[in-house]
Amino acid sequence: MHKIWLIIQREYTTRVKNKRFLLVTFLMPLLIIGLIFGSAYLSTTGTEHRKIAVVDPNGFIKTSLKNTNQIEFLFTENIDTNNYSQKGFTDILILPKFEKTSKADYILRSKKSMGLMLQNSISEKINSAIEDQMLQEAGIHQNVLDSIHKASQFAELKAYEDKGGNTSKESNAGLAMGIGYASGFLIYITLFIYGTMVMRGVMEEKTNRIAEVIISSVKPFELMLGKIVGIGAVGLTQFAMWIILITSLTSVGMGLLPSDIQHQVTTLQQNNGQMGSVGMVQASESAMRIYNMQHTIATANWPLILSCFVFYFLGGYLFYSALFAAVGSVVNEDPQDAQSLMFPITMPIIFSYLITNMVTQNPNTPLAFWASIIPFSSPMVMMARIAYGVPSAVSYWELALSMTILIAGFLFTTWLSGKIYRTGILMYGKKVNWKTMIKWAFTKQS
Amino acid sequence: MDPLLSLQHLKKYYATQKAVDDISFDIQKGSIFGLLGPNGAGKTTLLRMITGIFYPDEGNIILDGQPFRPAEDISKIGYMPEERGMYKKMKIGEQALYLAQLKGLSKSEATEKIKYWFQKLEMESWWNKKVEDLSKGMSQKLQFVITVLHEPRLIILDEPFSGLDPVNANLIKDEIFGLAKKGSTIIFSTHRMEQVEEICDQIVLVNLGKKILDGTVNEIKQQFKENIFSIETDKIESISDNPIFSILKKEGQKVYVKINEGNDSNKVLAHLINNNNRIIAYNEVLPSLNEIFIKLVETTNATTRAFQNI
Repeated sequence: MHKIWLIIQREYTTRVKNKRFLLVTFLMPLLIIGLIFGSAYLSTTGTEHRKIAVVDPNGFIKTSLKNTNQIEFLFTENIDTNNYSQKGFTDILILPKFEKTSKADYILRSKKSMGLMLQNSISEKINSAIEDQMLQEAGIHQNVLDSIHKASQFAELKAYEDKGGNTSKESNAGLAMGIGYASGFLIYITLFIYGTMVMRGVMEEKTNRIAEVIISSVKPFELMLGKIVGIGAVGLTQFAMWIILITSLTSVGMGLLPSDIQHQVTTLQQNNGQMGSVGMVQASESAMRIYNMQHTIATANWPLILSCFVFYFLGGYLFYSALFAAVGSVVNEDPQDAQSLMFPITMPIIFSYLITNMVTQNPNTPLAFWASIIPFSSPMVMMARIAYGVPSAVSYWELALSMTILIAGFLFTTWLSGKIYRTGILMYGKKVNWKTMIKWAFTKQS
Repeated sequence: MDPLLSLQHLKKYYATQKAVDDISFDIQKGSIFGLLGPNGAGKTTLLRMITGIFYPDEGNIILDGQPFRPAEDISKIGYMPEERGMYKKMKIGEQALYLAQLKGLSKSEATEKIKYWFQKLEMESWWNKKVEDLSKGMSQKLQFVITVLHEPRLIILDEPFSGLDPVNANLIKDEIFGLAKKGSTIIFSTHRMEQVEEICDQIVLVNLGKKILDGTVNEIKQQFKENIFSIETDKIESISDNPIFSILKKEGQKVYVKINEGNDSNKVLAHLINNNNRIIAYNEVLPSLNEIFIKLVETTNATTRAFQNI
């Protein structure tokens, strides 16, 4: 045991002291936060401006095509498809005479093609103008129509998860999807990063020819296990530092907000989303937004999600890294061999990631169930399901079954890889494939 | 005297070959023992069994009068494999410390011993260097230090001099003699025969997984001698074939003769003196280990590739 501990220590400290580790650990959160804020900033300011000439023989559509930040509609005379760009328009929209019964083509011509979102919003506007026109022709007054439009914004769906009896908890499918996707993706990425780190570590020991020196002091299995555990600890350290960095950066960001907004947010938190007391100013839009975000995030069961994340990260890591170690042990100098031997390991990881993407939207399909039980995919897929809530989306027995099978799974892969590893690590100059590796695993060796 | 290590009918079969096929021998305490054989003879497999890396399929290993228990006895053994290396990016001092601790030394003990050896072999300035900055010979020296650091009872050196310049090779050779004098037993595996003749007390030759020779260097040479003598006289040209001996070759002032059946070396001398030769030198020519081994290995029908470039 003492010797494994020494090996774990070495694997851990040489990696954590490495400059690249520190760089990745500190730059990654900055990069993620920068990306989020950067893209938010760009989406509000950096959009294109469109000036559209509209040719409309009907006349009633004009009121519905209101100008926005992005689009300016102009109803000009003497314009056609030949001269719109000379007159300074980016697009021309040609509306046919409205016939009431038949579908007609509404033509948009541009020099620079228009994105799908903008196109949809324009056709929505035209359709609702037509709808209004027909309702008016059917004898509905303008003021009735206005109140109908207002009322159609009244309903807002709030989902609650039944806790039995009269208790319930607010749930949020969007958040669940986000958490499920993010944790699935993180596990996917880290399986690759740390799995290949184990493989390269084993290859290093083999090609450096230090393996035999060490194996004359410790058992091959101890060397392999020490490496896997040491690198797993590096992974956990990295996650812990990311969480600390992101939370502290967020709170620093909150501290930088203007003080009246901070005050409003606190008031909102105290009064459950209402500004409440008399004489208070109405909460500003940004304070409301921050409050809503915090409120939504608080609906998730974070302790459960975080502890499951740690479990599934470790379980998945142990399951796959043992296999990566086995591959590393049979590779000779040629990294190309590693590529082809890795293929059967990387395929299930990639498939699991694809399944995870589906499961984030539909956590209760049979595919989701089976993929969250089978240890090849359970680390990613189960995280996507857990985000929807335990026990509402995943029952306790499913979670227990998935965890038990994952533990059994990594014990099996570690045992299997240990057998391959101890033959492979001392074998030079022989090209090995998976068939031979399996044979080593199941025949009695030294 | 009781042997330190005793191998009894060791066998290790692989799917395609018998790597070690019923080998037995004893190694005396404090002796320097040569394990010889061409490439692929089974030396490495044998050593891996002695170091506990492999388990024998059959047979016993007795270390110091007790059956060998790899987990506990591993700290009594220092093994420098032929395929040896270091972590390239790790500092030399830290690396030596790590490997010494894996052998069971405490951190302070290990530090003390590393300092002692580094000083002794003039390596003090290396502590903070990385292995990738060392030459092959230098890292060889480091390997040697790491192997003997924990004062093992049994030191196993597989080709310890490959890549060393003559100065450093002598340095290591002296250390090997010193360790043997202090009571360590040394197994020395090689296919470089001139080193074996110089260093080893006892040798064993293996080929195709079998032991084909066992004894001291002198015993073996006596066993394989062919009654050849070199003669130097003032009248070398007068010597010719006769019933007592036949001439093999003449070389400058020397003539090499083979004594015929039923005669001995004194009869040769008498013959020469009677013919008025004034004897300047008269020596028995023993075969070199190299010659013996090539002969043996060829007769056991193995590859002789290993010996051709000596």
